[in-house]
Amino acid sequence: MNALARHRALSRIWSSQPGWRGVISTVNHSDIGRMFLLVATLFFLIGGVLAMLIRTQLATARSAFVAPAIYDQIFTMHGTVMMFLFAIPLFEGAAVYLLPKLLGTRDLAFPRLTAYGFWCYVFGGLMLVFALLAGLAPDSGWFMYPPLSSSAHSPGVNADFWLIGVTFVEVSAIAAAVEICVSILKFRAPGMSLDLMPIFAWYALVTALMILMGFPPLILGSILLELERAFGFPFFESALGGSPLLWQHLFWLFGHPEVYIIFLPAAGVISTVLPVMARTTLLGYRWVVAAAVALAFLSFGLWVHHMFATGIPHMGLAFFSAASTLVAVPTGIQIFAWLGTLWKGQPRLTLPMLYIIGFFFTFVIGGLTGVMVAIVPFDWQAHDTAFITAHLHYVLFGGFVFPMLAGLYYWLPQLTGRKRFFRIGEMAFWLIFMGFNGAFLAMHWVGLLGQRRRIAWYPENAGWTEINLMSSISAFVMAIGVAMVVFDIALHALLAIRGSRNPWGAGTLEWAMPTPPAAYNFASIPIVGDREPLARDPELANKIARGEYFLGAPRGELRETLTVDAAGGRPEALVIFPGNSTLPITLAAFTGAGFLGALIRVYWVIPLALLFVVGLSLRWGWSQREATHTGLQNVGRATLLPQAIETDRSPGWWGSAFLLGADAVLYGSLFFGYAFLWTVGPNWPPPQWLSLSVLELALGLIGAAVEVIGILLAGRAVSRSSPPPSLGILLTLAGAAMTIAALAMTLTRAGQLTDYAYGATIFVMIAYALIHAAIAAITICSLAYRTLRGGAARPRTSNVNIVRLWTDYAAFVAATSLIATQFSSYLR
Amino acid sequence: MLAGSAAIFTLVMLLLLIAYRRTPAPHQSEHRQERFWLYGLGLAFPLATLAALLIYGLVVGETLLPKSGDDVVTVRAEARQWSWSFGYADAAGLRTQGVLHIPAGRPVDVEITSLDVVHSFWAPRLAGKLDAIPGQVNVLRIEVAEPGEYQGVDAEFSGPGYSGDAFTVIAHDPAGWGAFLGRAKE
Ligand code: HEM
Ligand SMILES: [Cu+2]
Ligand SMILES: [Cu+2]
Repeated sequence: MNALARHRALSRIWSSQPGWRGVISTVNHSDIGRMFLLVATLFFLIGGVLAMLIRTQLATARSAFVAPAIYDQIFTMHGTVMMFLFAIPLFEGAAVYLLPKLLGTRDLAFPRLTAYGFWCYVFGGLMLVFALLAGLAPDSGWFMYPPLSSSAHSPGVNADFWLIGVTFVEVSAIAAAVEICVSILKFRAPGMSLDLMPIFAWYALVTALMILMGFPPLILGSILLELERAFGFPFFESALGGSPLLWQHLFWLFGHPEVYIIFLPAAGVISTVLPVMARTTLLGYRWVVAAAVALAFLSFGLWVHHMFATGIPHMGLAFFSAASTLVAVPTGIQIFAWLGTLWKGQPRLTLPMLYIIGFFFTFVIGGLTGVMVAIVPFDWQAHDTAFITAHLHYVLFGGFVFPMLAGLYYWLPQLTGRKRFFRIGEMAFWLIFMGFNGAFLAMHWVGLLGQRRRIAWYPENAGWTEINLMSSISAFVMAIGVAMVVFDIALHALLAIRGSRNPWGAGTLEWAMPTPPAAYNFASIPIVGDREPLARDPELANKIARGEYFLGAPRGELRETLTVDAAGGRPEALVIFPGNSTLPITLAAFTGAGFLGALIRVYWVIPLALLFVVGLSLRWGWSQREATHTGLQNVGRATLLPQAIETDRSPGWWGSAFLLGADAVLYGSLFFGYAFLWTVGPNWPPPQWLSLSVLELALGLIGAAVEVIGILLAGRAVSRSSPPPSLGILLTLAGAAMTIAALAMTLTRAGQLTDYAYGATIFVMIAYALIHAAIAAITICSLAYRTLRGGAARPRTSNVNIVRLWTDYAAFVAATSLIATQFSSYLR
Repeated sequence: MLAGSAAIFTLVMLLLLIAYRRTPAPHQSEHRQERFWLYGLGLAFPLATLAALLIYGLVVGETLLPKSGDDVVTVRAEARQWSWSFGYADAAGLRTQGVLHIPAGRPVDVEITSLDVVHSFWAPRLAGKLDAIPGQVNVLRIEVAEPGEYQGVDAEFSGPGYSGDAFTVIAHDPAGWGAFLGRAKE
């Protein structure tokens, strides 16, 4: 088979359908990555328009441009759109598009999950856009502090749009994060050990892990606040044993890492682009990886610096202040590694490099003002003034938007296969750069003069008018620059001429393919022995196209790729991907229907939607392409590999493990809230305690033990392949049923206590365990079904191992939540 | 702090500029470069700077800590959407709306709380911010040397009336403070 025939065959196998059907049914990472990037950019423009409205309002003293009630919606939505609908999805889009190409594989681990996450993002975003257009947008600021956001002070549906819309969008972030983790760890080119991975993949891995750790506290907080708003569970109501500070802790437990979740991908772009622009390799690759990991760890211990003014005890202040300044160290390592790289090589002044220089200028200022506000006495003055707004934009715009624009211009030839022709980009850069600094330097200044953030007007005699006017004019200059970038890209995509394949002379694999890339990425899956495989072997692209490496011979209509062992990159298994499907968008629509039901408070919709979601998910699992032939498969180069579902730990196992990790963080946050209200919350103890029921406790604990033992037995039976695992499955099911009974009994008793924060918390803990017990029961039923069907559907070790993750976790959760609640009356 | 920051910023910008201006040195070992850029500038330099900064911060913080004395005056600030009302330990039953009276030259503890949403007590020339949180009382120590009028505002977003949510602090000389409390007794 020659290169052209191979290209035709693979294109047919991997292509999405033409036209609109293709948009809604594609599961290909290049398509979905591009769609993600496009939608995220649209949200950037929406957020930008809102920013311009803010600057218009603030341009003059005692402005009458919009009334405060509207202005509050505008700045809340600006922050919300930029953080949740622009920055995070833009990272997801970039990762979804780039990672398989950088890692030398054909698609991400779970193609349909990619699509599902994308559609959740779109539907959730549409909810918020609708709220904005209807004038019902959230208006309590992007951190939504209760009691301002509670039903007593925000009776309208505005806050619900935030809680439900943002949570829906976060489902997509979690999906993408699971996907990214598994893809990076398992779906790489053979030979690519972790140490040889492109640096962007390291950053994406760290970022994805941070999403899995950072988002659950906010998801939990949003659920609790929505329960308070809708049903009066008083988690944040101090008169009833709750605490408004609990929300602030949960929010910033998410909110601080969020800043690094936004910054790290941008740093990954810089670490990729800057060395190419300096015609060299990154100085101190391992240092940079270590710095990114250190930053991730540190960032989970700093959230309290957003709460310095809430009356935190002095020891706490000193600790969090010191810890906060410490982030300067890993940040410094990265900055100096980049500078050292420039010194090592011969830097060119290209357009991507211009944006990186813009990054250095702004981000260093933002970092330095960040160290300033980490010093407590300074923060007590600067907190909640325009100084903070300026600081956060130097970090977010300087540390994210500039690098992402650098990345955009760097990868544009890869994306389109064209050559930049017009010089609009340079002019746009200078407008954005000057405009940005004009706008936000001024805001530092006026903040130090005492201008608070989030004010809708200020008096004439404050003396801030000129500075604000200057800031607003500069902001409009920047907006013109952004519009020019959009114009430039549009012209480029429509008019520019075809370019060469690797215009920057880069060494990573995304340039070892024809541009624009084909749906299958690589005609054969290359073997990698170097961080810059393309630099070492300039013939690599041709060898790949000639099918000289793995999977160079397309078989039937199967979308195939390889997995490797996580650390070393040794080829491990053959993966067969599912094809185009409208299942993801359908599932996202039903998920959305559930969220919508909660939003408009038509609660019977939720169980109905849930029914469809469960049904579709089961179908999802079943329509996984089953192995048509079993045993070892020839993957080319005289190598025989098993299929992934015939190994012990299939990609699905890895995905479940990461998902459960995020789930466990949510559960941990719930315990944190329980302990927080107990120890710190005002108006404790509650008037009434949950009494101990030995029956419930014993039933639950025995059930959990039976569940764990049962699945163990089932696993043994399956691995010996006879007798069928019926006994184990029955035991597991019985155990699950016992925990469900115990939890349900506890739940009815807790339900009588929910007009006090203590009882409400117990209710949620038990309900959480109950939901997981139900999920475990469903997974075990699917295993039972497989056993009954037998034949090709018979359960394999990989199936049992996945089910076991869920049942073990359910057992753990049932036991711990029963213990933590049943004994509470003894702990008082 | 500002001068130090400016120096660091200038250093980074200079290193960036020189990278473009210099002719690259003929082959230097990667190892030596790492030692200079990463151990030196990346690790040692920020650590040293931060240590200095933290010591400075702790020393300054120490001087800001309230020292206990017997002549501390206690007042109470209650925030609500969108006004402030103040009470006085030395004159039970006395309340003032929108104006906080304190004696100059004596330490004052302001007990801050809220009746509805979260607000923040901020009189920029007297002290930093401290939040007014429902169900919780935070104590802010202030001390004013000179009698006079000082402006204060709500500094945590609290809804549509937030922009105009302000109050005044009047610091009295001893005679004035006595007169103020006396007026309350009548
Ligand atoms: C396009 C240029 C931008 C301009 C001109 C701009 C302008 C502003 C202004 C003036 C405010 C302050 C309103 C106030 O509290 O007084 C603000 C708030 C904010 N901005 Fe931006 N911004 C821009 C881009 C961004 C980006 C890219 C992000 C994040 C990735 C971002 C995130 C935020 C956040 C989180 C807030 C706080 C909202 C709140 O207080 O609830 N902005 N922006
Ligand atoms: Cu932070
Ligand atoms: Cu910051």
